[in-house]
Parts: sequence; C-alpha cells; structure tokens
Amino acid sequence: MNYWRIAALVALRDIRSELRSREQIATLLFFSLLVLVVFNFAFDFTVIDFVALGPGILWVVFSFAGVLSISRSFQQEREEDRMQGVLLAPVDPSAFFLGKVAANTLFIAAVEAIVVPLSILLFNFRFGPAVGLVILALALNTIGFAAVGSLFACMTTRTRRGELLLPLLLFPAAVPLALAAVKTTGHLLAGRPLERVTGWLGLSAAYDLIFLAAAVLLFDHVVEE
Amino acid sequence: MDRTVPDRAGWQHAHFAAVALLMTASVVVVFGVVPGERTMGVVQRIFYFHVPSALCAFLGVGLCAAFSALYLWRKDDRWDLLAHASAELATLFCTIVLVTGPIWARPVWGVWWTGEVRLTSTLVLWLILVGYLVLRSSAENADQAARWGAVVAIIAALDIPIIYKSVEWWRGLHPRVLRATGGQGLDPAMEKTLLLCSVTFFLLFAYLLGQRYRLGLLARDVEVLTHAARRAAASGPGAQP
Repeated sequence: MNYWRIAALVALRDIRSELRSREQIATLLFFSLLVLVVFNFAFDFTVIDFVALGPGILWVVFSFAGVLSISRSFQQEREEDRMQGVLLAPVDPSAFFLGKVAANTLFIAAVEAIVVPLSILLFNFRFGPAVGLVILALALNTIGFAAVGSLFACMTTRTRRGELLLPLLLFPAAVPLALAAVKTTGHLLAGRPLERVTGWLGLSAAYDLIFLAAAVLLFDHVVEE
Repeated sequence: MDRTVPDRAGWQHAHFAAVALLMTASVVVVFGVVPGERTMGVVQRIFYFHVPSALCAFLGVGLCAAFSALYLWRKDDRWDLLAHASAELATLFCTIVLVTGPIWARPVWGVWWTGEVRLTSTLVLWLILVGYLVLRSSAENADQAARWGAVVAIIAALDIPIIYKSVEWWRGLHPRVLRATGGQGLDPAMEKTLLLCSVTFFLLFAYLLGQRYRLGLLARDVEVLTHAARRAAASGPGAQP
C-alpha cells in the first residue's frame, strides 16, 4: 500500500473512532472551558487589558488540551494493543506516525475552533481583519506541537510514569512554538503591522518542517522491539 | 564477554593529577592574580567558573547528540554509555551555571532571577536534560532506554539552537562580555584567566566522562555476569545428577 494512503487510513481510523464515541473532544472542550474560567477568576479583566494576557492564556489552554489529547490518543493504542497490530503489518512505521500526527492536529484544531470564539465572548476582544493570519499561526503551531508531542508520547505512554512524563519532555521542547504563538497572536490582537509577525510565522513553519522530518526519520528507532 | 574494561590506570592518574593541578592554579589565579573588575567587585570573579561551566554544558549536549547518532547507526551500547554520561555531565554543569548565575546577578542586577534571555533558555535547557534523564530511568529495559534516549537527544540538539534564538527574539539584556565591540571588551589578563579556567574545566569534563564511561562498562559487565551466574545456578546442579 502507498505510504500516504496508510497515513490517511490511520488518521481516518482515529477520527472515525472519535466520531463514534465522542469522548475525547467533549472532555477536552470542558477542560479548556474550565481553564478559561480559572483564568477569568485569576485575573480581573475589567482592569487588565486582554490584549496583554489573552494570547498567553489561549496558548496555555491549547498546550494543556494538546498534551491531554496526544497522551490519550497513544494510551488507546497501548490499551487495545492497536499499535502492535499496525507494527506487525508490513508497512512503514513512520506512515503510522504521520497519521497519528494528522489526527492529533485535527483534534486540537477542533478544540481551538471552539475555544477561540468562546474566549471572544468571554473576554470581549476582537481580531479584526487579521483573522486569517491568526488561523494560519494556530495551524502552524498546532502541527509542530502535535508532531513533537506524538513522537514523545509514543515513548512516554509505554513507561511506568506514563502521562506524567509527556509534558515534562514536550513543554520545554515546544518553547519556540509557545513564544511564536503568543507573540503572533499578541501582535495581531494589538493590530500591529504585518512585518512584526512574519518572522514568527517563519519560525513556526521552520520548526514544523525540521521536527516533522526528524521525527519521521527517527520514528523507526522508537518502535523497534 | 569478549570486551573487557580497559584499565589504563597510568593515564587516569596522570589525567587526575593534571586536573587537580590546573584547578588549584585556576583558583589561585582567579582570586590572587587577575585584577578585579572596577564596579562589580569580588563577585565578578565567579565569571571564571560560570562561563567555563556553560561551555562544558554545551559540550555535553553536543557530545550526547553525536554519541546518540553513532549509537543509532552502529547499535553499539558503548556509544550509548558515552551519550548517557555526556548528558549527565551536561546536567551537572548546567546546574552549576544556574547556581552561579543568580549569585552574580543578586549584587549586580539587584535580583536573583529575571525573565532575561539566557537565563530563560538555560533553564529550558536544564529542563530538557532532566526530561532526558527521567525518560531513560523510566524505560523498561536498557535497550529501550538507549534507543529512546538517543531519539530525545537528537531532537533536543536540533531544538536547543532554535530555543536560544527564539528566546533572544523575545527579549534581550545579558552582558555580552565575550563578543563586545568598542571599549567594552575583556582585559587581556582576564581573557587569559578565562582561557586557563576553560581548559581546566574541559579537562575535568573529560576526566569525569572517562570515569563515568568506565563505571558504565563495569556495571554492564556485572549485570551480564550476574545473569550468567543465576542461569548456571538454576540449571547446573539440578539438571545433572
């Protein structure tokens, strides 16, 4: 079978199983909403300008939701021994990996697609004409986060420490993405000129390319037994 | 077991003696010979230990990634022992950097810690190193620890320059002593002292790496021998009357 077809099949399998059970997205949404509410209590937004804190808050929500989503997705592979089945099949393991990255990117994107409008309601701010760039920034940063996260989660879910270990590895590694996401959204929210964000968008894109390529090349070593 | 741990006791003693001698010389030069800095006072002298430690930390990260790549290519567990030892030493020297930095910053900047560029990125580096060590220790067996450690080390080595660059873009304030232009450069005596301390620290790094590697080889041999002894004890006298 074709490499890309396998990746697509793995992603579709995850999406279909999620559409049937609907447990993951719903839980992630409630969790994200909860974090937003906590921030709403922690900071008094009648005094503090949302433009100063909002981008950071949104990225914290997406990082937490993202780490939960990725961790859960690999936990399922392990619980039902699904991954064993895929690895026994005569297919390239990295195609399986790309499928998992795609599925996780979509899950986190689904959360973002609901949380961003919700936070607009909650915190009363607007992106104005830059909304397309905000979507681009979110997409680029989510892909990179899902790629590095999936690579690490494939290891951490098989250890004794399990879920605890994933954020420990992923958050420091994703620091460039966090900075890029917060800076880009911050500049766009404040309506600053485009030159301020192109560098950051370029950084996110470069991060995605470097780590997708590195993860695909290294994935064989993660799963070989 | 065809591989035995090389002894080379003579070399080791010579190496240790060189490190001890140079370390004593460094302390004497730093505190007794080199002129003090005009405004910062005695606390500036911590610079001679802070900077070489940072260099050793980066050296450890680089070596760890290089040994990890060699391990994935050759699958020889000696490369993995070296990679693991390099990461441990990088963590040690990075910790020294993170301790000596605030000691200097308190009297000079007036704060122990700020959100400044290199402080932040060095803390992130330290967190990545700790993550690497924790992942290794949570793996199910030595082979898994070696493979996973190598993957994380290579990802980290690609990531660390990006982290440093991105944090730099984010904000900046660290004293640029080494590449300062104009009248703010380093005094020649201070430069020589820094060079002496750096050489001392590199030799210390090499000595510790060698020791840690030997210890790793010995631990592995002990494990293999214990395993063999257990198997012999289990099948030996019972199986043959």
